Amino acid sequence: MCLGIPMRVVKIEGSEGVVESGGLSRKANFSLIKSVALGDYVLLHAGFAIERIKPGEAKKTLKLLRDL
Amino acid sequence: MEVCGTHTMAIFRYGLRELLPANIRLISGPGCPVCVTPNRYLDKAIALAGTEGVTVATFGDMMRVPGSRSSLERERSKGASIRAVYSTDDALAMARSHPEREIVFLGVGFETTAPTVASSIIEALREGISNYSVLCGHKTMPEVMGALLAAGGVDVDGFLLPGHVSAIIGTSPYRFLANRYNKRSVVAGFEPLDIMQSILMLIRQRRPVVQVQYKRVIEEGGNRIAQVMMAKVFRKSDDLWRGIGKVRDSGYKIRREYASFDADLRFRPKPCREKEAGGCICGSVLRGVKIPSDCRLFGKSCTPDHPVGSCMVSGEGTCAAYYRYGGRR
Amino acid sequence: MVDRITLSHGSGGRMMHELIDELFMKELGNALLREKRDSAILKFGSKRVAFTTDSYVVDPIFFPGGDIGSLAVYGTVNDLSVCGARPLYISVAVVIEEGFETSRLKRITASVGKAAKTAGVKIVTGDTKVVEKGSCDKIFINTSGIGEVYYDGLSEKSVRPGDAVIVSGPIGDHAISILSKREGLDFGTDVRSDSAPLGGLIAKALGASRRVRFMRDPTRGGLATTLNELVEGRSFGVGIDESELPVRPGVRQACEMLGLDALYLACEGRVVFIVSEEDRRKVLSAIRSDPLGRGARIIGRATEEHKGRVILNTVAGGKRILDMLSGEQLPRIC
Repeated sequence: MCLGIPMRVVKIEGSEGVVESGGLSRKANFSLIKSVALGDYVLLHAGFAIERIKPGEAKKTLKLLRDL
Repeated sequence: MEVCGTHTMAIFRYGLRELLPANIRLISGPGCPVCVTPNRYLDKAIALAGTEGVTVATFGDMMRVPGSRSSLERERSKGASIRAVYSTDDALAMARSHPEREIVFLGVGFETTAPTVASSIIEALREGISNYSVLCGHKTMPEVMGALLAAGGVDVDGFLLPGHVSAIIGTSPYRFLANRYNKRSVVAGFEPLDIMQSILMLIRQRRPVVQVQYKRVIEEGGNRIAQVMMAKVFRKSDDLWRGIGKVRDSGYKIRREYASFDADLRFRPKPCREKEAGGCICGSVLRGVKIPSDCRLFGKSCTPDHPVGSCMVSGEGTCAAYYRYGGRR
Repeated sequence: MVDRITLSHGSGGRMMHELIDELFMKELGNALLREKRDSAILKFGSKRVAFTTDSYVVDPIFFPGGDIGSLAVYGTVNDLSVCGARPLYISVAVVIEEGFETSRLKRITASVGKAAKTAGVKIVTGDTKVVEKGSCDKIFINTSGIGEVYYDGLSEKSVRPGDAVIVSGPIGDHAISILSKREGLDFGTDVRSDSAPLGGLIAKALGASRRVRFMRDPTRGGLATTLNELVEGRSFGVGIDESELPVRPGVRQACEMLGLDALYLACEGRVVFIVSEEDRRKVLSAIRSDPLGRGARIIGRATEEHKGRVILNTVAGGKRILDMLSGEQLPRIC
């Protein structure tokens, strides 16, 4: 139930929109996060974006994990 | 100890236990919101489903959880109006398109899910949707961790903290783990390497602190918008955890201003007499003091197909994880 | 046995197997039925005939990549093909709900006809029933089929440790395409059902080797359930490498989002082959030469260890047991 998957914002309509990843798209509710922009990555949980994903941190973690 | 069902599942799914050295042991804690929902809540939900004009909308994993006498799935097979949904948005849509029915959403989940339910109530109020309500069973994580440590009996050096709950509440609610109980903790992501890196970070902590491994998602302060929304709709209250008992301030109740969205007040569902299944030790498993194979029902009368306790039926229950991925022998 | 039949009894997993063993086999069991193959193999003089039946209750009835009509034909001919038989004739029986639009019935029937042509089978008999509104959902179809067995030597008993496990293409496509159209889930995806007739692909594989031991199409319950059906009670186990499993990105994403495991998702156009170690590359090439088999992969092997179990070697380097599907993952998937 903690299922949260990273998805990219492709459409914004007020506090709702559409997110996409790997060819799969779904409508999303953005009322729980601050400003969101097209192309941002968000964590989708139960149809809501609950947090933005920070690409800089993601890159750092990936590098660390590669070095491990 | 991990306290998030998704962590439990990831550890089993990727076979991480075998990759760790013998002196590191992973214990599963009460990380599955479905598993810690008391019988009484399920019995109320079933009573609601049997009420004329009511449709119960719920997350799919609640369908097969056994209450005192039955389950939502069983009631549906007898004709009760129960629908599985992916999001509260779907439940609201149902309320809009079926104004003749009363839609009751089963609000189960920790702080990752509770904001989505709070949001649905605010939205329903804004739109003037009058046939939507929530049976609120949300619980919060930090208090139950404190209760476990205070009770003793569980020998834990550190915690893998739930990644997505922490995305909402931030890290400060966990500081007491280090300050009061001297325990280390790390907020961990869900990929196998996230979990392994978090375990490494735990071991390397020279003195107990709260660290964040899941940096790509976690803000130290958490998600303020979600926190404000929850505080607006819910108030903290003592709550009953299946197998653990009453834990102070560990649950949410809907505030009086939103009483018309509170299914408990609106319908006053009358549950059947509460009954716990004999021999089921879900409680001890949830507290981390016993493992599923210690239970005499495990793998015999209690399997994912015929679950006796909630730890077996939930997609993230410890017993389900052991059974599915660890074999019955 | 419980006192009421639930959806879990139809999911293709453990509960369905229990229902079959504890109820149907007890009442109806005979030597042929107990073999529990996809098709029964019957002897008529020197000829061997494969005979199978299947009912289709898929919802929605029109989905990306097919509809209940084409599914009903392909599903049944595939059950014949995986028994080493050339599908020849099928029957089509429909149960229609009162009020069903004639235009939709026409569309489904055209689809049945087209599928039969593509699969090279003749529809030789049928039945039509109409029931009151609410007594069935839109339309249910049953198809039965017969075919002539042309390949000798298919037998679970001949599987040996070292034999290779091959899957003919990406798994989970059908289930995800169905789910994407289900009310309440409603997500957009480019994943289409893989529903297709596999007779040609199978003939190529069987033509390349005399040592294909076993074939099955992984429908309800998915690949994991099919492999478990193979190993249960046997003297060998199966080891699968997670990194070799072909899964489309769209299917992966949907699984992440919905908390599903692709290994348990139904396919309608895939075959699992068990083939001798020496012939595995020959058979793989033969499968890949067919347009429906381009994504084929060797995903594992039969093992000496873990008798009666299926083990997954995970991408993280660990191991886990892959059990049969429990409970109901997805109702009315085919």
